[in-house]
Amino acid sequence: MLDKALFYIFGGVAVLSAALMVTRRNAVHSAVFLITSLLATAGIYLTLRAEFLFIVQIILYVGGIMVLFVFVIMLVNLDVALQQIQFSRQKWVALIVALALGAQVGLMFWSTGHVKRSNLLLPAAAPADKLPPNSETVAQSLFSAYLLPFEIASLLLLVAMIGAVVMAKKKV
Amino acid sequence: MLSIEHYLFLSLALFLIGVIGVVTRRNVIIVLMSIELILNAVNINLVAFSRLFGDVAGQVFAVFIITDAAAEATVGLGIIIAFFRNRETVLADEMDLLKW
Repeated sequence: MLDKALFYIFGGVAVLSAALMVTRRNAVHSAVFLITSLLATAGIYLTLRAEFLFIVQIILYVGGIMVLFVFVIMLVNLDVALQQIQFSRQKWVALIVALALGAQVGLMFWSTGHVKRSNLLLPAAAPADKLPPNSETVAQSLFSAYLLPFEIASLLLLVAMIGAVVMAKKKV
Repeated sequence: MLSIEHYLFLSLALFLIGVIGVVTRRNVIIVLMSIELILNAVNINLVAFSRLFGDVAGQVFAVFIITDAAAEATVGLGIIIAFFRNRETVLADEMDLLKW
């Protein structure tokens, strides 16, 4: 019961602030609503018992990436941009694309209708003193089965860092 | 009792809002933020299936996607800064150097 209530609260906040993020004119307001949406998503991770991802989401997404976004919004000229039209005339394209994607997922639900209901229910929560150690299991998997992707990811971050520095430099 | 569909529909809603943002907004920074929203929706899917199957691999993959999102955001914002320095605009339809 509590699970369901938490899911609807966090999910509602996430969807609502995502919708507000897309529709606000001011880029700073959009960024703040995206932060709200990301925090609500962190709550969703918590209802799925992914504590490690919950904390990674808050530290990395909200504390790192979004600060970068707000910083860049501050760097580019906000006052001029606010005077201009914020929405392009592609509302119909957006609607058609959204409907097509939604129809695809609907087709997926329809074609998997024969799967037994009980196989789709998420497992019930373990008692608080018997919760499996989430960070430990993630780390175990990350450093054994997924060690090579992990190293490649670090290489990707290095490349991205060099790219960003070169891009933002005044004279190349 | 929560089932996987709840999370799939939540993720679908966030994904579609992100797609609409990418297509309709003119400000490139908000387009990038919409892409972050899309990646986030995918992450919800991965974690939900990881919970359903009791397999931690989905969460590991979500960590990789967050890494990707960080890399994409830094490079994208770097490009936006470089472009703004040259053309004094952040609007997507004024970025038409390759158009004639």
